Formats: sequence, structure tokens, C-alpha cells
Amino acid sequence: MKTLRTIAQALIILAGILLVWQGIVWLFNLKPYIFPAPLDVLKAIEARYPELLASLSLSAAAAAAGLFTALIAGVGIALIFAQSPWVRKMFYPYTILLQTVPIIAVAPLIIMWIGPGLFAVTLITFIICLAPIIANTTLGLISIDRNLVDLFLMHNASRGQILFKLRMPHALPSIFTGIRISSGIAVIGALTGELFAGSSRVGQGGIGYAIQYASAQTETPYLFALVLAASALGFAFFFIVMGLEWYFLHEWHESARSTDVE
Amino acid sequence: MTTETIIVPAISIASATKSYGTGTTILKDISLNIAKKEFVSIIGPSGCGKSTLLKLVAGLSPITSGTIAVDGMTPANAREIVSFIFQDATLLPWRTVRQNIVLGLELEGMARDRRTEKVNEVLHLVGLTHVADSYPRQLSGGMKMRVSIARALATRPQVLLLDEPFAALDEMTRDRINEDLLRLRADQGWTSLFVTHSVAEAVFLSTRILVLAPHPGRVAHDIAIDLPFPRNEETRSTPAYEQTVIEISRALRSVSASSVNAGGAAHP
Repeated sequence: MKTLRTIAQALIILAGILLVWQGIVWLFNLKPYIFPAPLDVLKAIEARYPELLASLSLSAAAAAAGLFTALIAGVGIALIFAQSPWVRKMFYPYTILLQTVPIIAVAPLIIMWIGPGLFAVTLITFIICLAPIIANTTLGLISIDRNLVDLFLMHNASRGQILFKLRMPHALPSIFTGIRISSGIAVIGALTGELFAGSSRVGQGGIGYAIQYASAQTETPYLFALVLAASALGFAFFFIVMGLEWYFLHEWHESARSTDVE
Repeated sequence: MTTETIIVPAISIASATKSYGTGTTILKDISLNIAKKEFVSIIGPSGCGKSTLLKLVAGLSPITSGTIAVDGMTPANAREIVSFIFQDATLLPWRTVRQNIVLGLELEGMARDRRTEKVNEVLHLVGLTHVADSYPRQLSGGMKMRVSIARALATRPQVLLLDEPFAALDEMTRDRINEDLLRLRADQGWTSLFVTHSVAEAVFLSTRILVLAPHPGRVAHDIAIDLPFPRNEETRSTPAYEQTVIEISRALRSVSASSVNAGGAAHP
């Protein structure tokens, strides 16, 4: 009931904003290519939605593929980092480097080396998503109560048993923190990649490419539609990750309290 | 001499010394034998190496010199007959009570159906059947500790090592768990080595109390507790019990006082 009211309130506010927006454009007689009214944006969406949907799905595919591969690689690298403090000391600075190098400066290089296309965009997304997953997973794998490790040792547990029955489940909440951070920047990564990757060719591209094309053609209403689509994609990623997190953690992790007996 | 007359002690410690690389000696020249089915408590001021001694017996920390044998085996080889109960309940939060208790059997590779049977048995024994499918975060501190005990008993240990397991519990819960522990011991007959800060708890549970003196840790007093079994709530109000508590407290105080003096001399 409460969520329903929250949603209703949000919708009323949204309707208000749209009305004011439409009113301002109408009042000052702004040209659609300078500042389009909501109705202009809606018309642009209606006229070009197959194209918009194609761009959206391309970007979604690149962002999802980049995020997923970063998850696999990030957890793998974190597993190596978790083996010894020595390994961490050696390689951790490079993880920070990965995080601090501006992707916008590296993207053109990658496009130059492997050529434009979905693969290049995915690779750029992968790079930007990797560091948060490595950092959070490593933390989860190593920050384990010494007594728990001793408990496993008392039962003559093998290295593999300690990894799969103790370290991995213990790291799961941290892995999700990493994915949550990376899911937000995955969409940014994909769009950044597309800005560079799609520019050399006229035709179909992801949202990043379409934004550049629309801006060059001053198709401002469609540009607005693309911005909306990109935001929607970011939202979708965030909610999917939140849903998965809830599914895997709500029974036992402190973050979910609604089912407490006490 | 027949084989029957050779009694292998449950735990045999000979000149055990533990020191760290920095030169600090935690335990110095500890020698003692613990017979099967004894319940031995170790008390002493902080820094006397009580927990360290327990870790040595568990083989979780390497000994610097001397030997420790558990049922004639090295600590590392004796783990199959030893269970360790830690200061905190050390439960895995992602596992239910049942799944936590089964952990030891699972790690030792017992078949699934036998595992389930054993766990049901232990659940019944410690009175946790009604929360078998709850997660640890849904349980009180006392319940969590019961799960921890159940997990330790599931593997049918012959030796139980307990490292201040009830320190965080309120007094009433602690008393009740103490009584349950004695009931389980009478039933299963393990040998216990129990580290605690509480003199009353040590007297209630033990057949023997070791008072350790600090800097470096060594056995200052070795006192047999002759209170008859079974012990229960009433035991705590008997004159004999109260007299023993006073006696042990005095022994502990003498050890603590000398350590304060020693400390004062070392750091004027």
C-alpha cells in the first residue's frame, strides 16, 4: 500500500514537471531543435522507435557483456589476490591504475587497435567495470574471522573446501557491492565506447553513436529520446542487480531484516 | 605388564614452550597430563597464555619447543577426535542451524543420509529441533552458542577444547548452558580442556583447575575439584562449592598480584 502511494506521488510529480516543461516551451515559443517540448520528444520516439530500440539493444548487449566478463575476470583475479599478501602487494597498484586511467582517453586507442564494433565497445565496458569488482571481491575473500578458518582447519578441510564453503559464500555480499557499482558505470562505459567506435561509419550504432549522429544533425527531440533511453538502461541494470542481490542474500545477510523472528 | 595397565593420557604436555619471533615468551615449560574424561579448566589473568595453550593442543599454532600428544598422536593428527568451541559461536551466517551443525561431518566426507540422521540426533540432544531451519541472525546469543556446541559434538569427539565460549552470555543463560554441558558430558564422556575467566564457572564444571601465572605463562596451581557429580543448580548453593570458589579466587588473586609486581618492576 505504501509503495503504491510512493509510486503515485512520483507519477504526479513527473506529470507536473512535464506540464511545466510543455508550458515553458509553449510560452516562450522555443524551437524544437533548441529545446523540444515533451510532446516533441514523444513524437520523435513514436516516429523512430524501431531505430531507437535497435540502438538501445546494442548498448544493452555491450554493457551486459562487458559487465559479465568483468565479473568473471574480476572474481578470478580476486581469487589470485586472496592467495597471499605478497601477490596483493605486487599487483594491487595496477588495479588502482585501472581505476584512475580515464576511459575517455583510452577508448580511442582501443578503437584504433581493434577497430570499431561491438567487441571494442564491450572491451571498453569491461575495462571500466573491472576494478570495483576486483577490489570488493578481494576484500570479501580475505576479511574472514580467523576463528572460522581455524574451525575449518580443525575438520581437516582442504584448500578447496575452505575456498568454496567459506571464502566464496563469505565474499558474496562484497561481490554484489562490486557488481552494483560496476552496473552503474557499465552503461557509461558502453556509451563512451560507442561515441568513438561508431563515429567512422554512417548507419546503425548503439545509443552513444546515435547521440553523436543526432547531435550532428541537430535532431534535438530524438537526442532527448536517446538520453531518456540511456537513463532507462542504467535504471534497468541497477534494478536487475538489486533483484539478484535480494534473491541471493535476503535469507541470511544483515541487510535484509524484514523476516527477523526476534 | 599387560596392555590394560598402560593408560594413555588424553592430553599429554611435556615442557611446552611458546615464544614469538620478537623474543616474547608466552608459555614456558608447561608439563601436565590430562586423563581421559577429566574436565580441566584453565584460569589466569590476561596475558598468561590460556588461549595460546589451547591453540597448541589443537595444533592451530606451532609449538616452539617441547611436545604435546593428544591420545598419543600429534595435535595435527588428532583432529579427527578433537572438537574446538570458539569464543564466539563462529557460525556461518549463510547456513541454517541444521546446515551449520552438519559442517564438520560434511568436511569429513560423511554420506548425506547418515549426516542427516546424526544431525537430527544432535539437534534433539541440545534442544534445537524447533529452530533447525532458522538462520543464525534469527537466534539469541545463547542459542547460537548451543548451535556451536551441537556442531562440535556432531563429530563425536573424544576431546573437547573450549576457548572462553560463554564469556559473552548473560549469567542465567551461562548457568543453564553450563548445566547442559555437564549433562552432555555425563552422557558422552569426552575429555575437556576449558579456558575461562570465571572462577565460579570453572569450579562448577571442572574435576580439576589449573591456575596459570603470566609473564611467561606457567602453571602456578593445579587443584583437584572434589565436588560430587551430578552437579546441578543446587550445587551452587552448597558450602563446599562456595568454599572452593573462595579457594580458587584466592589462588588466582595471588597469581595476579605477583604479576602486577613483576610488571611494576619491569616498567618502573
